[in-house]
Amino acid sequence: MTAPEHAVRAAVDAAYRDEWGQVVATLIGLTRDWDLAEDCAQDAFAAALATWPRDGIPSRPGAWLTTAARNRATDRLRRDTAGNAKLRQLAILARDQGEPPVGEIPDDRLRLIFTCCHPALPFEARVALTLRTLAGLSTAEIAKAFLTAETTMAQRLVRAKRKIAEAGIPYRVPPAELLPERLASVLAVLYLIFNEGYSDQDSRRALTAEAIHLARVLARLMPHEPEPLGLLALMLLNEARRASRTDDGVLVTLEQQDRSRWDRALIAEGVAVLDQALAMRRGGPYQVQAAIAACHAAAPDTASTDWPQIAALYAELARMAPSPVVDLNRAVAVAMSEGVPAGLALVDELARSGRLDGYYLLPATQADLLRRDGRTAEAQAAYEEALRLAPSEAERRYLTGRLNDL
Amino acid sequence: MKYVLLICDDETRSPSKEELKADPTHQAWEADLERRGVELFGARLRPTAAATTVRSRNGETLVADGPFAETKDFVGGVVVVDCADLDEAIEIAAGHLYAQWGSVEIRPVWE
Repeated sequence: MTAPEHAVRAAVDAAYRDEWGQVVATLIGLTRDWDLAEDCAQDAFAAALATWPRDGIPSRPGAWLTTAARNRATDRLRRDTAGNAKLRQLAILARDQGEPPVGEIPDDRLRLIFTCCHPALPFEARVALTLRTLAGLSTAEIAKAFLTAETTMAQRLVRAKRKIAEAGIPYRVPPAELLPERLASVLAVLYLIFNEGYSDQDSRRALTAEAIHLARVLARLMPHEPEPLGLLALMLLNEARRASRTDDGVLVTLEQQDRSRWDRALIAEGVAVLDQALAMRRGGPYQVQAAIAACHAAAPDTASTDWPQIAALYAELARMAPSPVVDLNRAVAVAMSEGVPAGLALVDELARSGRLDGYYLLPATQADLLRRDGRTAEAQAAYEEALRLAPSEAERRYLTGRLNDL
Repeated sequence: MKYVLLICDDETRSPSKEELKADPTHQAWEADLERRGVELFGARLRPTAAATTVRSRNGETLVADGPFAETKDFVGGVVVVDCADLDEAIEIAAGHLYAQWGSVEIRPVWE
């Protein structure tokens, strides 16, 4: 029962995407040794490439890979005297060596993701560990995605794994009383991965796909929690607009985006996922943000957008997760629904508070509202201030264009 | 009188347990303690990279990685606990009165 080379390659690639996290999670569950787990998972995928052309592609690649990785771990621990205690643990499962387990393999990925995102780990380590162990990105790929030297990223991963072992971070899904706080950390990590990919046009694009994949897994593993669905919906709705966000390296604002380029299938899926979350009737910041994105996605243009609804949603978001950036977005929605002066008053209030000092979108928003109100001279000064603070070329080009149009 | 000695350094050297054991000065110090019969409890702590800081504010437990950065806090006591894992240690730390206005730094003992 041989299989052609290209079919094996495709099957292994698919398995890598779908099963890597599961294989690593199961191996960590068995051995508590993160490095061993990664090495053995790597070996199992190499073994698949070597033997599947001869033996055929197994009917359950995940089970095959988990068994292969587990056998590899058993071999390695047998050679290591200190591995004996771990081996006894493994022996229980090694009895059915060579065959896929009878029942379903328990999904350990949830334990893995909560451990990777434990609040006792530095935030950037949570992100790196999640991408390495769950998504299967190499250290070099993660380093490239975060514009860090590979040695720095390798250090970060080593330190994080060491802390998990030395500080005694448990490998488990937290109990109910800790769940809201711990889940918030998991969601923040996934959203950061998405945004890192989203802010970049080409080189780091794969990160958004990884984040969406991980959000799908999380939502499937926690079917009774609305916020993972809310996050997934938010990612899908943002991803749908990606192609229209820049034009030749220049930022295009929502108002001027070519809405015919928005991905309708992603929008439909995002809205359906959001509805599923909202039906649970337990609100949360990701559901609210997804609802705002859905309002934009549903509107044919800026003028017919439901701005009063968006302003109300931002007010709700500000209550759940207070932030000056949310207040700034609310001010824009108020300007669009109640008129520019009402919005400008909110922006000016924010400026006086000093909470957004140095943030380029504050003067950029002021400039935009002043322009709409016909206050050209003031708008020009505000655009110049924004230009001075803008973090990237795409934004600077956009602001320069605006300034020239005045 | 009972005293707690807080052994401090900047972690640049961080000798291994074996190196420490083989160090003549350290051997002499341990022998001296034994001769005096004064040691109630002693523990070497893992470096601060393994530390976790817990604060309780308005009933909410705030967990941060690493030692408490604002060093205006001074050590006002030491409690040694032996519990299941970091989550249990966090739970215990969060319940301490001082966690409500100060912080409790959790440092695993180097065993």
